[in-house]
Amino acid sequence: MTGNIFFVILVTSLATFLSRFLGVVSSENIKETSKIFRWFNCLAYSTLAALIARIVIFPSGLLSEIDYLVRLIVIILSIGLFFITKKNLVYPTIFSAIILTLFSSYL
Amino acid sequence: MIDSKYFFKGFASIKGVGSPAIALGASFIAIGALLKNIGFTIQESLFSTFLTYALPGSLVMAESLIIGSSLINIFIAVWLVNARLYPMTVSLMPLLMHQTQPKWKYYLSCHFIAVSSWLIMKDNYEQIKKEARIDFWIGIGTATWSVAIFSTFIGYIASDFLNRDMLIGLAIINPIYFTCMMVGAMKTIKISLSIILGAILGPAFYFISPEWCILFGGFVAGTIAFFIGEINDR
Repeated sequence: MTGNIFFVILVTSLATFLSRFLGVVSSENIKETSKIFRWFNCLAYSTLAALIARIVIFPSGLLSEIDYLVRLIVIILSIGLFFITKKNLVYPTIFSAIILTLFSSYL
Repeated sequence: MIDSKYFFKGFASIKGVGSPAIALGASFIAIGALLKNIGFTIQESLFSTFLTYALPGSLVMAESLIIGSSLINIFIAVWLVNARLYPMTVSLMPLLMHQTQPKWKYYLSCHFIAVSSWLIMKDNYEQIKKEARIDFWIGIGTATWSVAIFSTFIGYIASDFLNRDMLIGLAIINPIYFTCMMVGAMKTIKISLSIILGAILGPAFYFISPEWCILFGGFVAGTIAFFIGEINDR
């Protein structure tokens, strides 16, 4: 293992574990019936949604090579498939991968 | 120490047609392939998923390495993108805490908090008695974490056979998977509003600050949704 990559992995995992660890520390004093718990529940869902939307709308890496409109169409079709298949997670994810691969290969 | 009945019940939650295992696996196959392409050894790739186990964080790490960021910049970038884990932990752990359970279980098992395991637990906790929830959670976490590590391995090995178009296809799986899980979680006004506002404000704040947009957007969206939801619940 080269020293550089080793430290990068270590720094990445520490930066990630920090939020989880502080979350447990804070949880010790928070009751599940409290207002603050309900507020954090909203924050958890909203930050997750913000993250996902950012990945889709302002992607970095490989996804940025695909046109914005195509990404949007694939997402809408996948959500449609998710409902048609009674909220199955497998079909829409596999469908999206296949359709984007085909799109990227032939268009 | 750990109630095996509840542990295995949690572990088994990744089976079945509605399972996140395939989507989670495909996302980490993409990570395995990506890490190989940027020059990681197989040990380093597995070590990375083992220790981090948070997909957006691993992507940020890979991008930072490509552009040659310093360690402190990598720390800040990863912390910002993974800071969502803080509200996720705070909105999960109080549901699992019980005075008969030792604290180390909570501090160790918080490593398993990631979108898929978190959403599975949120969907199922009410069916598990409170003192057994942490063991059920450790079961879910061990299962999803194992899938992630194993898939990183598969992705690393398979990367020679995956062309650029296939990698683009794999890259969309994670956002699609997260999006569907979030849409499926929209069961109350409060949660639906949090998700919709978050999805609008997150990208909107990108124009002010690309680094802080997830935190700012999420904070503002979640707070607005909370107040509207509280008024509505009265």
